[in-house]
Amino acid sequence: MGKQKSSKKDLKPEDFNTGKKPVWCSGCGNFGILMAIRQAFADLGLNKEEIVIISGIGCSDKYHQYIDTYGFESIHGRILPVAMGIKLANHNLKLIAIGGDGDGYGIGMGHFVHAMRRNINITYIVCNNQIYGLTTGQASPTSDKGLITKSTPFGNLEEPVNPISLAIVSGATYVARGFAGDVNHLKKLIIAGIKHNGFSLVDVFQPCVTFNHVNTYDWFNKKVYKLENNKDKHDTKNKDAALKKAMENKKLPIGVFYKKKKITYEEEVEQIKKKPLIKQDISNIRINKLMNEFI
Amino acid sequence: MAINKLAWKIGGKAGYGIMVTGLIFSKACSRGGFHVFDTVEYPSLVRGGHNNYHVRVEDEEIHSNIELIDILVAFNNETIDKHKSNITVGGAIIFDSNETKFENNEIRGDIKLYDIPLLKIAKGITEEKIIMNTITLGATIAIIDYDLNILDGVITDVFRKKGAEVVNKNILAAKKGYDYVKKNYNHDFKTKLRQISNNKEKNKKRMLITGNEAISLGAIKAGCKFYSAYPMTPASSILHYMAANEKNMNLVVKQTEDEIAAIHAAIGASFAGVRSMTATSGGGFSLMVEGLGLAAMTETPLVIVNAQRPGPSTGLATRTEQGDLKFVLNASQGEFPHIIITPGDVDECFYLTREAFNLAEKFQVQVIIMTDKHLAESHKTTEMFNVEYKINRGMLIEGKQLKKRPDGFKRFEFTDTGVSNRTIPGQKNGIFRVPSYEHDEFGWMSEDPEVRIKMVEKRNKKMVNILKEISWPNIYNIENGKIIKKEIKEINSEIDKLKTDITIISWGSTKGAVLEAMKFLKIDGVYADFLHFNYINPLKTELLLKILKSAKKTIIVEQNMTLQFASIIKEKTGLDIDHSFSKYNGRQMYPHEIYDKIKEVLNN
Repeated sequence: MGKQKSSKKDLKPEDFNTGKKPVWCSGCGNFGILMAIRQAFADLGLNKEEIVIISGIGCSDKYHQYIDTYGFESIHGRILPVAMGIKLANHNLKLIAIGGDGDGYGIGMGHFVHAMRRNINITYIVCNNQIYGLTTGQASPTSDKGLITKSTPFGNLEEPVNPISLAIVSGATYVARGFAGDVNHLKKLIIAGIKHNGFSLVDVFQPCVTFNHVNTYDWFNKKVYKLENNKDKHDTKNKDAALKKAMENKKLPIGVFYKKKKITYEEEVEQIKKKPLIKQDISNIRINKLMNEFI
Repeated sequence: MAINKLAWKIGGKAGYGIMVTGLIFSKACSRGGFHVFDTVEYPSLVRGGHNNYHVRVEDEEIHSNIELIDILVAFNNETIDKHKSNITVGGAIIFDSNETKFENNEIRGDIKLYDIPLLKIAKGITEEKIIMNTITLGATIAIIDYDLNILDGVITDVFRKKGAEVVNKNILAAKKGYDYVKKNYNHDFKTKLRQISNNKEKNKKRMLITGNEAISLGAIKAGCKFYSAYPMTPASSILHYMAANEKNMNLVVKQTEDEIAAIHAAIGASFAGVRSMTATSGGGFSLMVEGLGLAAMTETPLVIVNAQRPGPSTGLATRTEQGDLKFVLNASQGEFPHIIITPGDVDECFYLTREAFNLAEKFQVQVIIMTDKHLAESHKTTEMFNVEYKINRGMLIEGKQLKKRPDGFKRFEFTDTGVSNRTIPGQKNGIFRVPSYEHDEFGWMSEDPEVRIKMVEKRNKKMVNILKEISWPNIYNIENGKIIKKEIKEINSEIDKLKTDITIISWGSTKGAVLEAMKFLKIDGVYADFLHFNYINPLKTELLLKILKSAKKTIIVEQNMTLQFASIIKEKTGLDIDHSFSKYNGRQMYPHEIYDKIKEVLNN
């Protein structure tokens, strides 16, 4: 699969376009993310058939329709368990899980934490627009306190989830944040995430032009800065420093917060060391020995 | 004197080795050529409470346990109080009067008391009090005049992992229990086990296996390579068996954070091309329901086991019931095809699980295997399983079978059968996407009303061929004291000949108790037919109609209050079943209960 080099390096970002016209609102942050993903695939020289996009429910569920690779649209919150199953069945595939903040940090929060502590080699891109868009504008787990939405007309009473610090303490081995308004920077984060051997989270600030009138492109442009350009030289190996950066909220850092080399879950499963599960012959499995144990 | 018919029970607090001791005795009997059926009862806790293990032994095949007890091994008064009324005339209690004190007038005069200083003997061997269990096994062997060597062999195998010292101490304990009885009591107990002398029977090796273990073996044989689950009684022993064998059989077994993750991981693995399974009980199945719908919409093959226990909610965590049938039949929103398989014994658990994997892939549907605690955890002796098996992966195509098409691979192509070609990620000309959203033949999301109609019909028309493919319900009779199974291959005039006194209808694990009840009924001159269903969905309605119309009297036997299968039959055929026997106290159905009910029905 990964070895079929016939079309390698020939693919351009537009080759990953399925030709389906995205149904997102004009100006939606998803366009920038979509562009960054296609460019990342092209830059990495990946073949279409070695990639599986797993999406969930929300505006971001459509990614698997717009990127010409294998695709599986799961249901709300269940992206990561499906991805885990695919990966353990065939670890030669490159898995890109894409979902929204409601999907990953709300209904799918349990799976999110467990996927990270397992360190399965999946790249998880979260289109974090701090609002429920597809259901027409309710508060999300990352909505700021006080945000007025359809479900919080008197202001959101809850503190937002901080996915970056949560990921760092939960065992993710690559934790990054990008901004949909900076496609080139986001592309680099995604490329590094895919190259990273382990669970990689790329949380993306994604302006919702229709339902979130606070966290806009302008708002982000004024607040974000790049960790790698910062004069205090952030050390991505330093967990404490990464946590400190994750907690910043006056200015919002983007870039790689934390990175760690660690053996992946699937690398520790002896049974699939020689070949992935899908390659194992099941035509005549012998169970006589097992039966004898019941005598 | 009764030869080769024994019902033995051991009882005491949880955490004191009752389960292992019961299994050792079962195995010792099975290895001597006997047929065994054992049932374990325990409350939902780790220490304390009342555990008991009931072993029924005979020299011909048995299908169920009975409530009676010939020998009761009691480690506390509770065991005696709970079970003494079930001790047969001339039966026995093994106990230690230093530990378990009661007045002699509390026990019927015909019951023989084997008062053995278990604790004292144990202390002479080891510090571990738990070895008292093994002393009672030796004592039992002496009372029934059975072979101590067979017991020693089982002890050696069971304790091998704990080392030679543990093995030797247990063998010594068994010997001491045996000697104590031989020395202090005369050999007049009413029941003896004589090793099977018939050479053909004697040399026959049989397995002693539970429903869960048989399902696990069936899955492994069928090529199930991915198993994901969350622990839940009474399904957990599937997880334990699969996990214990994951390295030697090259499986990936994943305990997930919850049942939602378990089913979705299994769906992911199946989508990627690996045969996969998950198992749970009703509570976990409730969480899996959304995944069932996802598998249905994406036409991902999947095998799910629901080992039922009484609900709703936590219910009775370690007890048995068949209360989930209509829930499972109707689980998840929308209309889609799925198969419900209801094995009735350990053999059916093995063969039908194997079949479930072929059906799931052939029709690209979800197969739900429904058992219950009684079937999942009771051991039964059975012949070695037939390992002839042909894997059928249906319309799965790979590599060069995939032709390059300008518009892509039609994963959901409309066909006469509703089943389309399927491929797996990694194939060059097979790229496709599967949305949980409604979609067209290529997997593009679609809201087109015409597409919607065609897709609903595509998915649901699979049931037509599934109904043709699945096996018919089996009809059982008793002839010359033996159970005769009539396999139906088609609806023919044979069916019209069902003119017995009564036709019994049941599904799943009640099979064993019904078969045993029929043996007793036959002795009384009552002729019964027994129609047992291994498939509830789709249902062989045509056959049912014919049988219900021709049968003299009908009775349904179900382990739930509302007679769920009877109501499904009524829905499908418009016909009522005349009588019913249901039980929902959380305990297994006993043959005598069914016998009594049928006698009552026939006498009125």
